[in-house]
Amino acid sequence: MDYKFTPEQLALRKEFEEYALELMKDAPPGWGTSLEFQYSEIGWGFTRKVHKKLAEKGWLVRHWPKEYGGVNASIVDQLLFNMAMGYHRVPTGDAFGIGMIGPTLLAVGTEEQKQEHLPPIARAERYWCQGWSEPNAGSDLASLVTRAVRVGDEYIVNGQKTWTTNAHNADWIFMLTRTNPDEKRSRGLTFLLADMKSPGITVRPLVGMNGEHFFNEVYFDDVHVPARNRLGEENDGWRITRATMNFERSGIGAMAGARRGIDDLVAACKEIKQNGRTLADSPFVRHRLGQLMIEIDAGVALAYRVAWSQEKGDFLQSAHLASASKVYGTELSQRIANAACQIFGMYGQVAKSRWAVMDGRWQGDYQFIPGTNIYAGSSEIQRNIIATAGLGMPRTW
Amino acid sequence: MNLDFTEEQEMLRTSARDFLSTECPKTTVRELEESETGHSPELWQKMADLGWMGLVIPEEYDGMGMEFFDLIILLEEMGRNILPGPFFATVVLGALPILSAGTEEQKKEFLPKIACGEAVMTMALTEPSATYEASGVQLKAEAQGDNFVLNGTKLFVEMAHIADAMIVAARTKTGASPEEGITLFIVDGKSPGIKTEVMPTIGADRLCEVVFENVSVPKSRMLGELDKGWPIVARTLEQAAMAKSAEMLGGCEASLDMTTEYSKERVQYGRPIASFQVLQHYMANMLIYLETARNLIYEAAWMVSEGMPCTQLVASAKGWANEAYKFVTERGVQIHGAIGTTRDHDMGLYYRRALAADFAFGNTDYQREVVAKELGL
Repeated sequence: MDYKFTPEQLALRKEFEEYALELMKDAPPGWGTSLEFQYSEIGWGFTRKVHKKLAEKGWLVRHWPKEYGGVNASIVDQLLFNMAMGYHRVPTGDAFGIGMIGPTLLAVGTEEQKQEHLPPIARAERYWCQGWSEPNAGSDLASLVTRAVRVGDEYIVNGQKTWTTNAHNADWIFMLTRTNPDEKRSRGLTFLLADMKSPGITVRPLVGMNGEHFFNEVYFDDVHVPARNRLGEENDGWRITRATMNFERSGIGAMAGARRGIDDLVAACKEIKQNGRTLADSPFVRHRLGQLMIEIDAGVALAYRVAWSQEKGDFLQSAHLASASKVYGTELSQRIANAACQIFGMYGQVAKSRWAVMDGRWQGDYQFIPGTNIYAGSSEIQRNIIATAGLGMPRTW
Repeated sequence: MNLDFTEEQEMLRTSARDFLSTECPKTTVRELEESETGHSPELWQKMADLGWMGLVIPEEYDGMGMEFFDLIILLEEMGRNILPGPFFATVVLGALPILSAGTEEQKKEFLPKIACGEAVMTMALTEPSATYEASGVQLKAEAQGDNFVLNGTKLFVEMAHIADAMIVAARTKTGASPEEGITLFIVDGKSPGIKTEVMPTIGADRLCEVVFENVSVPKSRMLGELDKGWPIVARTLEQAAMAKSAEMLGGCEASLDMTTEYSKERVQYGRPIASFQVLQHYMANMLIYLETARNLIYEAAWMVSEGMPCTQLVASAKGWANEAYKFVTERGVQIHGAIGTTRDHDMGLYYRRALAADFAFGNTDYQREVVAKELGL
């Protein structure tokens, strides 16, 4: 066993760190890590600017093959990249374009589709959103009903998607539609790509409890989608959602961001005085932060393991451990936000204002983080995966 | 980065698991819990024949010359099986400090005896103040001619009642800081003036009170330098924290395995209880604790093995091992239902040891404070 990185990897990490600091010089005041910053009105301009710079440097899609703008970065290299960017709160790219549809196109797209869509993603010119969830199909995604009917060379789409992150900024949507209504559940679904400017698409904001806008509802009213924008075969869409390539999903970025949060909290607690002594002198504060650091170390160690399983191509192990890492990471973020608010006493509830501590960031996180326990496979779904894939329990739902 | 074990390490794990399940079944564990000494000389000799006591002792002292990280694998298996007896005390608390700080003469005297199973060792560090901090070391050692004379009481000394020799931390000077003025001595366990009494503890691990009354130790038995013994203790405590964490990891694995197996067999409402989602999620949580603890323990133990500075990570690893082991065994008992609460059921063997292990080499509160200091708080 060897946790050392090679000298080349360490040099790469240094390069990532330095450039991350450079990129963040122009960050808007109060910049955080969460989606609300990246996709909000204040954040989106900065997010795009950073993506452009990363694209110019050749770092936006490092894990993609060379012919599409990447460098075929290994999992460990991606780990180092995501660790550095996560710590410095750099918006590393459009999770839906770079992280999801790009890899899916690489795995199952036609050459024509790859040529049409991959270069604009790699240049940070085309943004994507994900049309999966519907009002009555959340965790039980396969029960979705948005209908697509083949008419000549087109599909006519009618229905509604929801919880569509960043749809208000996205240029394209990838979506699952029902093409065979006689087939229940995962059979009879087709994977389509649609231009968000298509007539008949309406985007309505879903505002989060903190007043920020990153989710949307997307309505489809007789939307015409050319049949060439179908990914894979008709009624084979479910399988396509499983198609992916080797991109790092250890959760290290979130852990690095959590570590940054602790470092910032430590600095603040050394400054802020209460009853004549700094918060850092309070045993209660010391123990809370000590405990959170212990938990971050545990999360980082698990993320290393997930990355290593992926690096070796051990997908069976990496699948349930990645689920463990996701649920552990988001629930830990919740504990951190809660502890941070508590540490500052009554000031913990104050939003950005002259009374706010640390820009009111933690009360913002406290409101945002419950969403992370739900999106991308809720904590309950992750536990189902751990129980069935990791522990061999029967599936009964 | 390479997070796989070597082939030799995998072989060590397999052979340890086979040996322990055959030679130390739970019936033996229970017999030894109830026995007078908690030690089986027959089992001890078989382990010595396998080379386990000499695993990390260099070949020149009749050992196998393996690394601390290899010992971690062996300890994980011992924890998995719950091996009673003086292995931990002898190897981790006895051999390792002598290996790192002993004179050539001391190494030649003690290490071969440890390797062949002739010597049972331990370390007498903590006192009635019950702290692992240097300030807790108050037992006095005074120079008298060619000897030092020891007076005081040590508490929570593992396996002292059968120890052939123990490394005793004594105060030889009141220094500017509590760390200054501590000296270590290798004391013959049968020395006149030593009185030992086993304390009844939850883990039945034979923690002892050891009273020293005018115990004479030759100066040649000083381990390390006069007044400068604390760094040796601190190093041993880090190694011991990781060694204990490895045992705890093994205990977590066994507890989760036992619980998942039971849940697949136990039928209620006409179906295995493993099919109930509420229990599946309990067990998923157990797995999350286990896997986070496993990987953190390996990472920190690797750093200790490599001799890298890792105070914070060791504290995190032991702190998290404490929480993981208690959580996993508590859920394990719950999922087993009433039978899990009985003296006869194996689940309780692990549940009790989880609390005992928590206290060893720093409970979670202690580790949180270490981490806070390391963070600059």
